[in-house]
Amino acid sequence: MGSEPKITRVESFSTHPDRYRHWKLSFDGPVATLALDIQEGNGLRPDDYELKQNSYDLGVDIELADAVERIRFEHPEVKAVVLTSAQDRIFCAGANIKMLATSTHGFKVNFCRYTNETRCGIEDASTQSGIRFLAALNGTAAGGGYELALTADRIVLVDDGSSAVSLPEVPLLGVLPGTGGLTRLVDKRAIRRDVADLFCTKAEGFRARDARKLNLIDGSFPRSRWEDGVKQEAAQLAATGSDRTGPGIELTPVVAPYTWVSVEHAEDGRLVTLTVRAPDDDPPTTADALRAAGASTWAMAAFRELDDALLHLRFTFDRVGLVLLKTSGDAERVLAHDRALAKLAADGDWLAREMELLRARILRRLDNTAKSLFAIVEPGSCFVGSLFEMTLAADRTYMLEDEDGEVTVQLTEASDGRFPMSTGISRLKARFLNDPEGAAKALEATEPLDAPSAFDLGLVTLAPDDIDWEDELRIAIEERLSLSPDALTGMEQNLRFAGAETCDSKIFGRLSAWQNWIFQRPNAVGDEGALTLYGHPTRPKFDFRRT
Amino acid sequence: MGIDYSERIPNNVDLSSDRRLQRALEKWQPAFLDWWMDMGPEGWQAKDVYLRTAVSVDKGGWANFGYVQMPEYRWGIFLTEREEGRKVGFGDHADEEAWQTVPGEYRNMLQRIIVTQADTEPASVEQQRYLGATAPSLYDLRNLFQVNVEEGRHLWAMVYLLHGYFGRDGREEAEELLARRAGDEDKPRILDAFNQQCPDWLTFFCFTTFTDRDGKYQLGALAESGFDPLARTCRFMLTEEAHHLFVGQTGVERILRRGVELAKEAPSGDARDLGGIRPATVQKYVNYWYTYSLDLFGSEISSNAADFFASGLKGRWQEMRRYEDHVALEAHVPMQVYEDGRLVEKLVPMRNAMNELLRSEYVRDCESVVEKWNKALEQEGTDFRITLPSTRFHRRQGIYAGSHFDPAGNPVTEEQFEANRAAWLPTDEERAYVASLMSACYEPGKMANWIAPPRRGIDGQTVEFEYVRV
Repeated sequence: MGSEPKITRVESFSTHPDRYRHWKLSFDGPVATLALDIQEGNGLRPDDYELKQNSYDLGVDIELADAVERIRFEHPEVKAVVLTSAQDRIFCAGANIKMLATSTHGFKVNFCRYTNETRCGIEDASTQSGIRFLAALNGTAAGGGYELALTADRIVLVDDGSSAVSLPEVPLLGVLPGTGGLTRLVDKRAIRRDVADLFCTKAEGFRARDARKLNLIDGSFPRSRWEDGVKQEAAQLAATGSDRTGPGIELTPVVAPYTWVSVEHAEDGRLVTLTVRAPDDDPPTTADALRAAGASTWAMAAFRELDDALLHLRFTFDRVGLVLLKTSGDAERVLAHDRALAKLAADGDWLAREMELLRARILRRLDNTAKSLFAIVEPGSCFVGSLFEMTLAADRTYMLEDEDGEVTVQLTEASDGRFPMSTGISRLKARFLNDPEGAAKALEATEPLDAPSAFDLGLVTLAPDDIDWEDELRIAIEERLSLSPDALTGMEQNLRFAGAETCDSKIFGRLSAWQNWIFQRPNAVGDEGALTLYGHPTRPKFDFRRT
Repeated sequence: MGIDYSERIPNNVDLSSDRRLQRALEKWQPAFLDWWMDMGPEGWQAKDVYLRTAVSVDKGGWANFGYVQMPEYRWGIFLTEREEGRKVGFGDHADEEAWQTVPGEYRNMLQRIIVTQADTEPASVEQQRYLGATAPSLYDLRNLFQVNVEEGRHLWAMVYLLHGYFGRDGREEAEELLARRAGDEDKPRILDAFNQQCPDWLTFFCFTTFTDRDGKYQLGALAESGFDPLARTCRFMLTEEAHHLFVGQTGVERILRRGVELAKEAPSGDARDLGGIRPATVQKYVNYWYTYSLDLFGSEISSNAADFFASGLKGRWQEMRRYEDHVALEAHVPMQVYEDGRLVEKLVPMRNAMNELLRSEYVRDCESVVEKWNKALEQEGTDFRITLPSTRFHRRQGIYAGSHFDPAGNPVTEEQFEANRAAWLPTDEERAYVASLMSACYEPGKMANWIAPPRRGIDGQTVEFEYVRV
């Protein structure tokens, strides 16, 4: 109250099970168990909040995201993951309220975005990789705790007469269950809207019997049969999982300075140039070679570096408004790596497919980054194949029309649905929403395209010649940086996702947008707002005017 | 329907014309009786017991004595008389009209408060259900049953609120109150102390001294509530609670007296040689039950407690009589917080410290009980004294839980705590010994060897009176 929001520094988004503070990851044949065991005093800002009641902050979610990725890459034997808690009578109380209340607006938004990406990643692991998730709620799952459970294929809750599932955000905090809860209730679990309305305003939620009736959970066991019941459920889920023959590969840490990605900050702190370099080697073409190369193979390493760079841009460099996306290097090698990986994946190699899925998630992270993105195609660029997706993800693409026609881009079948957006369709399809012929024509052009051709096909925004190039770019950049960052974020988010919505896209669009609006409103964060006053001796006072 | 409710259920809430409550009676009351037969005093349902029944809230009306079989006990519904023009006494709504119906915005909170309190009532009956088999005297047996039927009435009083004011949710919660079971792995009672075993009479007396005393303070805080029906219900319950505390306090005192007496007789000076209970053993039981009961007040620093106060639902002990500032937004309470291995004083906003304020009142009350015990010990001519451990010792809830302290409240390591556990808390061997002493003594006026007789009987009767017709 009255005090300045605190800055949260995130040193690294890489971690390792050996260093987990809050999760216990264990393996038993085809079943992995991820048990939440929050160390209260080990939050990212321990002086400002304690992670009571198994509540989480970004540090906890970084571990969760790491664990899910590791299960996908390092443990092909795993077919089911049990999400549970190692603490008695509490599964998880959701995001830590004091952490939220003392964070900057930008951090809150990015925290929610990251946690949402982690949760969509859990669902992606199930639908795409056949790794099933069982939420085994051994105690109350409140707010973000229940939202985490909602990502699982099945939810079971202990029936002990007191443990409940609940979404108390609206009645207790004056904000939304913002990690997908509202969306998954009605879209994923198809719970009737009026029932969902009752549930979301009932702070204490429902215990097992009623929760089962309302389809908020799938099953329950009394305490005495809990362990056996969960074991049995996990085994049944594992039986529906996909076969992935071992061994896996180790997820090596991603640390700056990167090998394939460079991030260059302009002096004023508002502009960044992010460049992805092409590989300088031949791709692994057999399953064994792919395993030998492991996480250092270009297709994986370069994209993981891009991912890490994006996260640092989001959390650390909040003043950056515009990111110039660039590429450099041998386009042929990019294509060769793409082709080799696609072939292995098509031949049924789970690891190759897993790498493609990872790249798809990272490109979605790019779509969901609240910075203006301009792709710059210039001499030495290699916007081809998978890297061409970066231009399609960009808000604008500037391509130099050089005299010799050596500056080119090239589409491949990589743009034909291999890397879907959160709306479930390819970026190319979204770009040509009402012009499927246009999309098809672009895909037919398998040769490198010079600027005029690319422009004619509608693949680049502007193609200035070398006389205009520098000035055009300078002006575009200066103009962009002069506009309201809020309006730009809103505008970009509305323009990027043409087409029908999915559960995922609604979470990042509708749910997050409303949450971010509420996060700014006095009723939540004003001096007398509900979020501000939570845990304080005073109760909130609302401005009851509806908009 | 032709049932005279007022005859079966003495009340002052106009039962015979309240349709909601009649529905409650038709559905819940039979279930309550089933529960009582299943979980109430085992083996004593058909016996005549000399019990007190409340038939009205007047001076003489709440204490009518006579023989009754427990299933026939008339569990009544009584609220103290309504105070005209009563206002909310504290919090953000101070000086507004007290609520006669549930305020929508506080419905969930109120329901939680009532359910948590209500859950303790049947729990203790369940915990104590086998004690009748080992009663040290008919006098004690009767007191046990008096406590039991009144806990039953308290349950019914809380259920009256749930049925009368909380609609379908309230009715479901009322059903759950009969479904949970003390100590049951699958359906445990809400609060931990009410899932502990009560296998012997020393435990029973400690429980009624310390754990029932928590009830007194909870009821006292709720008796201040801005929700008028709750306040009036709790006020009446408090009058009955006093007897339970009396049973506990005098029970422990009689064990202490007898222990000292037997120690004097024994050539070794050890009460155990003559089948008594050592005062040192009593001290360990005190340590155990006092600290378990401290947990019931909730965390020292609590946003729930702040909300309960702010919303005018739960006040401080004797809020209206003892405080002038009923908003309590400016004041702070100093508190010893354990941080980085040492105790530091912290100022906590008073509203967040409400649990701790109530606990402090309780601690003072317990201290006066201990003083009485020590006076008895002095009279018996021993130097032994009972002491209350620090509020930091042996805690499972609140800011000291998870750290270790000795009974004086000094931080110790886990190893030190474990090394001293047998010196501070009852050992299995001591529990087994106390259990071995438990055998029934049903002859009027006669006492088991390990306990001294009471000073006087109940309701002006002699100690020799046949309190239960065995």
